[in-house]
Amino acid sequence: MSPRIGVVTFPGSLDDVDAMRAVRLAGATPVPLWHDDSALRGVNAVILPGGFSYGDYLRCGAIARFSAVMETIVDAARGGLPVLGICNGFQILCESHLLPGALTRNQQLHFRNRDQGLEIANAETAWTSSFNSGDRIVVPVKNGEGCFVADEKTLDELESENRVVARYVDGNPNGSQRDIAGITNAAGNVVGMMPHPEHAVEQLTGPSVDGLGIFTSVLTYLGATTT
Amino acid sequence: MTRVVVDVMLKPEILDPQGEAVVNALPRLGASGVSSVRIGKRIELEFAEGTDESAMQEQATNIADKLLANPVIEDFTIRLTDQVEPTG
Repeated sequence: MSPRIGVVTFPGSLDDVDAMRAVRLAGATPVPLWHDDSALRGVNAVILPGGFSYGDYLRCGAIARFSAVMETIVDAARGGLPVLGICNGFQILCESHLLPGALTRNQQLHFRNRDQGLEIANAETAWTSSFNSGDRIVVPVKNGEGCFVADEKTLDELESENRVVARYVDGNPNGSQRDIAGITNAAGNVVGMMPHPEHAVEQLTGPSVDGLGIFTSVLTYLGATTT
Repeated sequence: MTRVVVDVMLKPEILDPQGEAVVNALPRLGASGVSSVRIGKRIELEFAEGTDESAMQEQATNIADKLLANPVIEDFTIRLTDQVEPTG
């Protein structure tokens, strides 16, 4: 039976359907999860998709953090459940303290929407094992508040512990410190990234199919951990 | 006294691109001498009549710390007031 990967829909989520489609194309079974229901329905991994949960009120991700489903997900993530946060999902992971730092208003104040070069900096996480460190991929970015900030000590720790998962190359779209596009927790099961791999899974609609590797990675990881 | 005002500001070391955009617009309206603009949020919490002041203070601090401000990037201050403050 193929792994079950949950995709959470919050009020204001936009990319939940694309994320479920990417899960299906990668060979897993997408399972819709609902913000107001704490049940994880037996999923083997969870994706927090992009969008504007709760209208981005107060701060992006701040209110989603207190939703019923997030309480369960935070506990499960601490127990090793693979969790991927894309864009707004990354913001929610930071607000939930599963990942350090915060995402702030883009330095240029522009909403950035373009195909973006990334370098995979850590290919050992649950969500990046299909790549090799140093691989260059192209996936869309689209964010207004994607500028990753943390204090110098945290940034140094992220780098020394190899927890930067991806960096922007060929131009930093939002002013993120040290060109950070994505990070992971110490265990490598929780990954947050601003760019959108779920929009780069088919030639017809994406700039590449590079994003598919993110979703096939977790299948490999789940296969490796269940056998 | 039932109102608590929470002011949330970006920490000094965090770049405020909105403030920068505003300060850059000031010369166009003839304002000079402003070297920096920082933009924050003001949140008013209204408690039920008769709530104990120290309980209000404690709850407001908890709310601000957990939800209203993100301690990674923001600082907050709290004050109790019985005045409806002028807004314009």
